[in-house]
Amino acid sequence: MTDTTTTMSTIRKKSFLGSLMARFYGNNFLLIITIVLFAGMYITGSVIFSNKNFGTLNSFFDMLNSNSALIVLAAGMTMVLISGGIDISVGAQMAMYCMMFAYFIEKQHVNAYTMIVVVLITGVVFGLIQGVLVAYFDIQPFIVTLAGLFLARGLTAMISPETISIQDPNFQSLVSMKLRFPFGGYYNSVGDYQQPFVYLHVVLALLILIALYVMMTWTKFGRSIYAVGGNQQSARLMGLNVRRTKLMVYVLNGFLAAFAGFLFCLFSPAGAVEKAPAYEMYAIAAAVIGGAMFTGGVGNVLGSLFGVLVQATIIKFVNFTGTLSNGWPEFIRAAIMSFFIILQAVFTWVRKQRE
Amino acid sequence: MSETNILKRIVRHRMFFPLLCLVLVLLINVIVTATQAGASPATFFQITFIKETGTLAGPLITILNRSSELVILAVGMTLVVSCTKGADISVGSVMVLSGAVSIWLLGFGTLKANNYQVESYVVPYVVGLLAALIVGAACGLWHGFLVAKLKIQPMIATLILLIGGRGIAKIVADGQINKVRVPSYRWLGNTIENSQGLNPLLLPTPIFVAIGVVVVAALLLRFTALGMNIQSVGINDRSSRILGLNSVRIIFTVFVICGMCAAIAGMIATSRIASVDTQNIGKMIELDAILAVALGGNSLAGGKFSLGGSVIGAITIQTLTTVLYSLSVSPDQLPFFKAVVVIIIVIVQSPQLRPLAEKALGGLRRLFGLPPRRVKKPPIAGDDGQVLDVEPEYEETNFSSGGER
Repeated sequence: MTDTTTTMSTIRKKSFLGSLMARFYGNNFLLIITIVLFAGMYITGSVIFSNKNFGTLNSFFDMLNSNSALIVLAAGMTMVLISGGIDISVGAQMAMYCMMFAYFIEKQHVNAYTMIVVVLITGVVFGLIQGVLVAYFDIQPFIVTLAGLFLARGLTAMISPETISIQDPNFQSLVSMKLRFPFGGYYNSVGDYQQPFVYLHVVLALLILIALYVMMTWTKFGRSIYAVGGNQQSARLMGLNVRRTKLMVYVLNGFLAAFAGFLFCLFSPAGAVEKAPAYEMYAIAAAVIGGAMFTGGVGNVLGSLFGVLVQATIIKFVNFTGTLSNGWPEFIRAAIMSFFIILQAVFTWVRKQRE
Repeated sequence: MSETNILKRIVRHRMFFPLLCLVLVLLINVIVTATQAGASPATFFQITFIKETGTLAGPLITILNRSSELVILAVGMTLVVSCTKGADISVGSVMVLSGAVSIWLLGFGTLKANNYQVESYVVPYVVGLLAALIVGAACGLWHGFLVAKLKIQPMIATLILLIGGRGIAKIVADGQINKVRVPSYRWLGNTIENSQGLNPLLLPTPIFVAIGVVVVAALLLRFTALGMNIQSVGINDRSSRILGLNSVRIIFTVFVICGMCAAIAGMIATSRIASVDTQNIGKMIELDAILAVALGGNSLAGGKFSLGGSVIGAITIQTLTTVLYSLSVSPDQLPFFKAVVVIIIVIVQSPQLRPLAEKALGGLRRLFGLPPRRVKKPPIAGDDGQVLDVEPEYEETNFSSGGER
C-alpha cells in the first residue's frame, strides 16, 4: 500500500516537473526570455539615466503613447505568424488609411465618424483579397503581401501626393482625449507637477490586444488558428477547414491594420505618402521578440506587447544618449531580431532531438 | 498540321511569355512616344551620336542603361529563387551597405575632416571595389548560414539584413550623404572619359558591366554542374542530398553569388550619383528583382530557371517604368502598377487557378439555373488543349457542417 503511494507520489512529482519543463520549453519559453530582457533593459536604463527621468511612470506611458498603433499591428502579426503565414503589407496599409482619413475628412468634408467605418471596411476588403490569394490560390503569403505593400503605397500616392494634416474638430477632439492618472507623477526642474497620462488610442490599443488574446485563447476560431499553424495536415484530418481559417486570419489582420491606421492617425493626425515607413518590419520584430515562431503554431498575442516595449526601450536609449547616429536603432533592432530568430532555430532543433 | 505544330512549339517555348511581355510594353512605349508633340513612331527607336561626349544616346539606350542594376540583381535573385523556393529581400540594403563601405574605405580617416567628401582616394579604387564585393559575399555567407545551417526560411533570414543593412550603412556613413569628388569615380555608373572627354566605349559603362555579369553567370552555369545542382536542390532538397549533392554548400554558393551581384549593383548605383545616399539607393528594388524573375517565366516556387528570361524580365520592368513616367505617373505611384503586374503573374502561375475557375463557373451556372457543363473527355488525355475535368486532390470537410466525409 505504502509502496503504491510512494510510486504514485514520485510519478506525480515527475509529471509535475515534466509539466513544468514542458511549460518552460513550450509556448512561453521565448516570452519569458523577452520579459527578462525588457526588465533588464529598463532597469539598466533607469540606473544609467536616473537624472533624466528614464524610470518614471510618465516616461513609461510615453512609450505607450507613441507606439499604440504598433501594439495593434504586432498583435495582428503574431496572429498571422501563429497561423503559419506572414503579412508585410500592414505598414503601407496603415499609411494608406491615414491618407484616406486626411483626404476624405479635409478635402471631401466627410464626417469623421463615418470615415472610421469606411476605413475599417476598406481594411476588411484589403485583407479579404490577400486572404483569397493566399488561402485559395496557394500563393506564398510573402509574395502576396509584398505586392500588397507596394499596392498600398502606390494607392496612398494616388489618393494625394501631398501631405494633408487633419484639422476637423470632431477628429481633433478624439485626438486630444486623455486618461489621466492621479498618482505616480513627478516635479520637473521648474517645479511643475507632471501628471502621467495615456491617450485614447493607447486605451483602444490595449482593449484590442486583450480582445485578441481572449479570442486566441478561448474561442474555437482562435484554437483552430493554432492548429492550422502547428500542422496543416493534422488540422485538416481533425476536420478543420484550413483554407477558410487562413482566409479569416488575413481578413481579421486587414481589419486590425485599418484599426491601427486609425490609431496612428490619432497619434499623428496627418496623411503622407512616406508615413509609417518600415512599420511592418517593426511589427514582425515585435511579434518575433514576443515569442511568435515563423514556423507557425507557437506564439502569444500578449507577448507582442513586450516586443513593442523592448523596441521602444531601444529607441529611448538612443534618444537619451543623444549622440548616436540614426542608424543605430535599426541596427540594434536587427541584432535583437536575429538573436531571437537564431534562438528559435536552436529551440526547434533541440525539440527535434528530444523527439 | 506542321504549321500548327510550329506555332505550338513557339508558344510553348519558355522564352515566349517573357518576350511577349517585353514586346507588348515596347509597343505601348512606341505609341505613347508617338502621341507626344513633334514625334513620330520611329522616335522611340532613334539612336543619335552625341559628338561632345562621344556617346550614343536614345530612349532604348537609356532603358538599357537604367535597367543594368536590375539585370545584375535579377541574375542573383533567379538563382536564389530557384534553389531555395524563397527570395533574397535584402538586396537593396546590401547594395547600400557595400557602396557605403567602399566609399568609407576610399576616404578612410579623412571623411569627417573633409565635410564627408572624398577629394582623393586614400586607398586605390580597386581596393574599394574589392571591399564592396567582400561585403556582398559576407552578407551572402550570413544568409547561407541562416538558411542552410539553421533551416530558416530564406525570406525571414534575409529580413534581418533588410532592416539591419541600411542601419549599418548609416552607421558607416555616419548618418551623412558621403560624396566622392574624384571624377573617375563616376565612370562605372556613367560613361568613361578619355583625355579628350570622349567615351571610347560609345555606350554607358553599366551596360557592359551587366552584360559581363550575365555572360560570366551563364558560362558558370553552363560549363560547370552548378546550374544543374541548383535546380536539383530547388526541386527536391532531400532527394538531391540522398543523391550525394552537398545541398548546404550549394545554398551557400547561391547566396554568395546573389550578395556579390547586389554589391556590383550597389557600386554602379553609388557611382551614378557619385555619393552614397543611404536613404534612397536600392529603395524597394527587392520587388523589382522578384518581379523580374517572375516575368522571366520562372516559378517563384523554385526549381527550373532560365537566366535569359530573368534578364528580359528586368528590361521589361525598366521599359514599363519608362512608359509610366512618360504617362506622368509619379515615382510614388509607380509601385501600384508593379504590384498589379505581380498579382496578375502569380495568379496566372498558380496551380489552383484552373480548378477554382471551374468551381466558380459551376457555381455561377447553378446560380442562374443552368445545367452543369458537360466536359467531353478527349480520346487521348491531354491530346489537344481541351479541358480535362480536374478534381481537387481532397474534398475539404466543413467543420461546422459536422461529420460529412
